[in-house]
Amino acid sequence: MGFDEARHLLSRAGFGATPAEIRAVAAMDYETAVDRLLGISRGNALTMPPAWSGLPDEQARGLCNWWIEEMLATDQPLVERMTLFWHNHFTSALGKVGSPSAMYRQNALFRREAFGNFGRLLKAVARDPAMLIYLDGAQSIARQPNENFAREMLELFTLGEGHYGEADVKNAARAFTGWSVDRAELPVFRRDQHDGGKKTFLGQTGYFDGNDILDIVLGHPRTAELVCAKLWHEFVSLTPDPAEIGRLAAILRAGGYEMVPVLKAMFLSSAFRDPINRGALIKSPVELLVGSVHLLGLPVPDTTTISSMMMALGQLPFYPPNVKGWPGGESWITTYTLLLRQTYLRLMVEATTVAPMDDTMKRPIEGRSLRNAGNAAKLGPTLAGIDPAELMQALLPRQPIEWVAPHASPGAVVAAAMLDPIYQLK
Amino acid sequence: MPRILLLVELKGGNDGLNTVIPYADPLYRELRPDLGVARERVLQLDEHVGLHPKLEPLTDAWKARDFAIMQGVGYPDPSRSHFRSIEIWDTASSSSQILTEGWVARALEHAALPKGAGVDCIVIDTNALPVMGPDLHTVVMQDAETFLGQAQAMTADAPVDDHGNQALRHLLDVRRQIYEAAAGLRDRLQVAPAPARSAGGVGLFGERLDLATRIITGGVPVLAVKIALGGFDTHANQAPTHEALLAVLARGLATFRYNMIAAGRWDDVLVLTYSEFGRRARQNASLGTDHGAAAPLFVLGGRVKGGLHGSYPSLADLQDGDLRHTVDFRDVYSAIARGCWDQSVAFGQLAVQKLDLVAL
Repeated sequence: MGFDEARHLLSRAGFGATPAEIRAVAAMDYETAVDRLLGISRGNALTMPPAWSGLPDEQARGLCNWWIEEMLATDQPLVERMTLFWHNHFTSALGKVGSPSAMYRQNALFRREAFGNFGRLLKAVARDPAMLIYLDGAQSIARQPNENFAREMLELFTLGEGHYGEADVKNAARAFTGWSVDRAELPVFRRDQHDGGKKTFLGQTGYFDGNDILDIVLGHPRTAELVCAKLWHEFVSLTPDPAEIGRLAAILRAGGYEMVPVLKAMFLSSAFRDPINRGALIKSPVELLVGSVHLLGLPVPDTTTISSMMMALGQLPFYPPNVKGWPGGESWITTYTLLLRQTYLRLMVEATTVAPMDDTMKRPIEGRSLRNAGNAAKLGPTLAGIDPAELMQALLPRQPIEWVAPHASPGAVVAAAMLDPIYQLK
Repeated sequence: MPRILLLVELKGGNDGLNTVIPYADPLYRELRPDLGVARERVLQLDEHVGLHPKLEPLTDAWKARDFAIMQGVGYPDPSRSHFRSIEIWDTASSSSQILTEGWVARALEHAALPKGAGVDCIVIDTNALPVMGPDLHTVVMQDAETFLGQAQAMTADAPVDDHGNQALRHLLDVRRQIYEAAAGLRDRLQVAPAPARSAGGVGLFGERLDLATRIITGGVPVLAVKIALGGFDTHANQAPTHEALLAVLARGLATFRYNMIAAGRWDDVLVLTYSEFGRRARQNASLGTDHGAAAPLFVLGGRVKGGLHGSYPSLADLQDGDLRHTVDFRDVYSAIARGCWDQSVAFGQLAVQKLDLVAL
């Protein structure tokens, strides 16, 4: 398919790729490469789960660091991107949930269903302890149903605003009463607190429970449209294309909400492959930082540093700002965050060093800044030996804005590319 | 000279009923058997309503008559979605209308903007929507030192063709704003005196108020500064959280007022607190409250006409369990636009109810 198209696919379906990774995919037929990306879901994480030791604050830090480590270690970055996508769709925030282990189990669910089945995931989320705590379902009882989960489920997870009424929210809330969490943070159904009465929801009447409500919602065409519009915004373009989103939504519904066919159709769509759409999305803080560490082959002795950078840039995993999640797109870049992104990239470039190399890790550990190293610059194994033109091609989705000195050393080229505004795009 | 508006967003939906309390109404006790504030703790303002005891630091302003309470503010057909409702507030739209430009930008559409600082509005928060508009230069920052240091590290460059790429256009636009803002702000903030009394003791909210103080006393010719205090979405076990938030709000605003008076700038400033909605009149089973509708808001400033304005919504005539609004929030914005920037704006309303909040 060629180097540029391989770069585009990997930057959209992962966290950014090294020249070697791009070359390997460039040698393949495009559809084969997409099938491979979608065909290797392990369903579980590669790294060991967090240790769950220490105070709650330390456990929370351990949880964030663990996911960052997993994103860096994984051999299937699209699974992590989809796990993050579901985390941002079915949001729960550790701040309110309060239990790192419940958030970890929710994260495992998202990874298991990374490209599984949306309907199955929706039903699992409705009984997920972290979600029950986050949106107050755990406290919702027949006598006084708490509307929070029912409302956000309809507004943000499935139909979207304008496709249901206040009465639908109230009746859905009644149907979910009794779905709670026990003291071991496991899901429990409290029959005596469930409202078993007759309910009218989206024009249908019956003795509905929560699953019935979710089945009705899954039968509504808006649900697939909302999910596909979000996929489009995350993977294809900031500009919605209603016809294409409608086509993808039809594929999602026709396939019984299986995710693989719709993801494949999206990656194969002409809009996704159109060269005009290269560099048309803004990297999220997680993509920017995980991608840069991966690309530079940087040692990561302390993921706490990375997570504090993510927090400052506005995207700390497990801490979405509210139930709507991170809005993404243009909102990632403000006068504040653009300045901060450049600051962090400068730190990384300057930490990426020329010598000496760590004997066991074969990675640079300390030394001079890439930018100032001139011709003496030696890059880490991910970038060493690549000529300047290919480095530019691998690091940037389009021509840089700032001037790069002709015949600059490879190290100086990497530094210039990463500090160019175009590096913020994917 | 235009006045500077300090916007204070209370994120999550502040419980208006426990902020300005209709303590004398027996229905209040009935709706809030556990969450109600005891009559003897309420700071009584008249024979009907009073302030939550944690708002005690604001009683100086109340006595000085530069603290106005606008009661029962909301809008018809209220949305109970956080995102939709704050969008309505931020853009001054009606409930059924989607607008993308902030209300401050709309109010200043026909105003002659002051030149000099390269920045019209400064947001010391993450949500900049109220001051977002194509003609306003808005800068978002978390603290001044970091902002200036980073801006200096960037080099200005020649205009670039964005090839119709929306993401690239946005990126380049943000870069340009940074250069322009940094140039004007740097000199003024470097010489701005520290606040006479620091609000830093009340945490991040206080630190951001202190930065707002420096921006104003340093003479940065801005039209609006926005800060926020989060955590008001109290669905469960509300009382301790809400009390702590009100204490932070009151201590912060009282310190800000003290500093403005000390610097001789209190007459040049208007403070407006607002939230996406109030909360359900009846407490829920989790000792919290769910999303509601109308709520009071605060206006402070040297030229503000202090006291209670408007009328408290009736607790006997609820709409889906929520307080009905007695004043439209766009009428408050119209009064602010007039009082701050001498602009006459209706925000799409056919008839503006003139509110006598600010002495001209």
